[in-house]
Amino acid sequence: MKLKQLEGLLGGLDQFPNPKVELEQYPTGPHIASRMLFTAENSFEDISNKVVADFGCGCGTLGVAAALLSAEHVLSIDIDPKSLEIASLNAEELEVDMDFIQSNVMDLRWRGQIVDTVIMNPPFGTRKKGADLDFLNVALKVASQAVYSLHKSSTREHVKRTALRDFNASNAEVLCELRYDLPKLYKFHKKKEVDIAVDLWRFVPGKHQS
Amino acid sequence: MRLLTHNMLSSNIKGVEKGFPLRIEAEKVVEKPVEMNADFLRKMFEKVEWKAFLEASRSMGYAQLPEEVDSGMLESDEFLSRFHHALLELHLEEGALVCPETGRRFPVNKGIPNMLLHEDEV
Repeated sequence: MKLKQLEGLLGGLDQFPNPKVELEQYPTGPHIASRMLFTAENSFEDISNKVVADFGCGCGTLGVAAALLSAEHVLSIDIDPKSLEIASLNAEELEVDMDFIQSNVMDLRWRGQIVDTVIMNPPFGTRKKGADLDFLNVALKVASQAVYSLHKSSTREHVKRTALRDFNASNAEVLCELRYDLPKLYKFHKKKEVDIAVDLWRFVPGKHQS
Repeated sequence: MRLLTHNMLSSNIKGVEKGFPLRIEAEKVVEKPVEMNADFLRKMFEKVEWKAFLEASRSMGYAQLPEEVDSGMLESDEFLSRFHHALLELHLEEGALVCPETGRRFPVNKGIPNMLLHEDEV
């Protein structure tokens, strides 16, 4: 599938009608989502024929993108039932088969090393400090092959240090810097549109103890 | 929810030591055909906990999997297609996952298990 085609398909997905501030529900736009998954597949072969998990899936965009790029099994997790409802309709709309679980990403307990790749657009941690790194910590324990994640560019050094030193990642690399257009979703946003710089990361988990 | 997902989940309640496998209470099972990928199945065979998978498939009403398995069976197309069917085509649509230690039920509605914990379970 071509990048433009993927972006086009993702552009038709439904997004949060009433985003929840406390969960930092920002939609992952089709521009960013398509580039993230396209890179994961075409540069690293981390998607097709793999088991892929989406942490904090929201309306399901990243998982749907993985399924469109021929992931064998996609498991998307979110705490919010409304998001999961939309995500599962989105999957149906594009006729892709995905599994969903309603859970706090921090609370799930996993058996074995079945997940190959974790993809996620975690809460940036502006409301709940460190939330993005909490997600990353779990992702690096669950994935056997790679973790793709978005973090604010302003936190680049901190993310790198924490991943390598505290989360046992064997590699942490910024693949590209993207502009994240946040439409004015919440009352506390003063400007009409906020444009922030985010990094697309690829992390390689360290060797797991079995 | 596919049985592949079931095979990677444990009960996550605080204090539970042996939370795997979650018992399946099936009220409604649906089948969604997908294309078979033999290489993927061979890789998954190494990772799946067979006994849990076997029991899970039975509680979903599918009794075509052998009790004992070895990797030699991966040469058999018949075995592969049964393994494929149980692993990826059967979906628990309505029912529950039950913690083997505490009996706590996690309901499954429209195919989505609700694994949210109560405050005193975290």
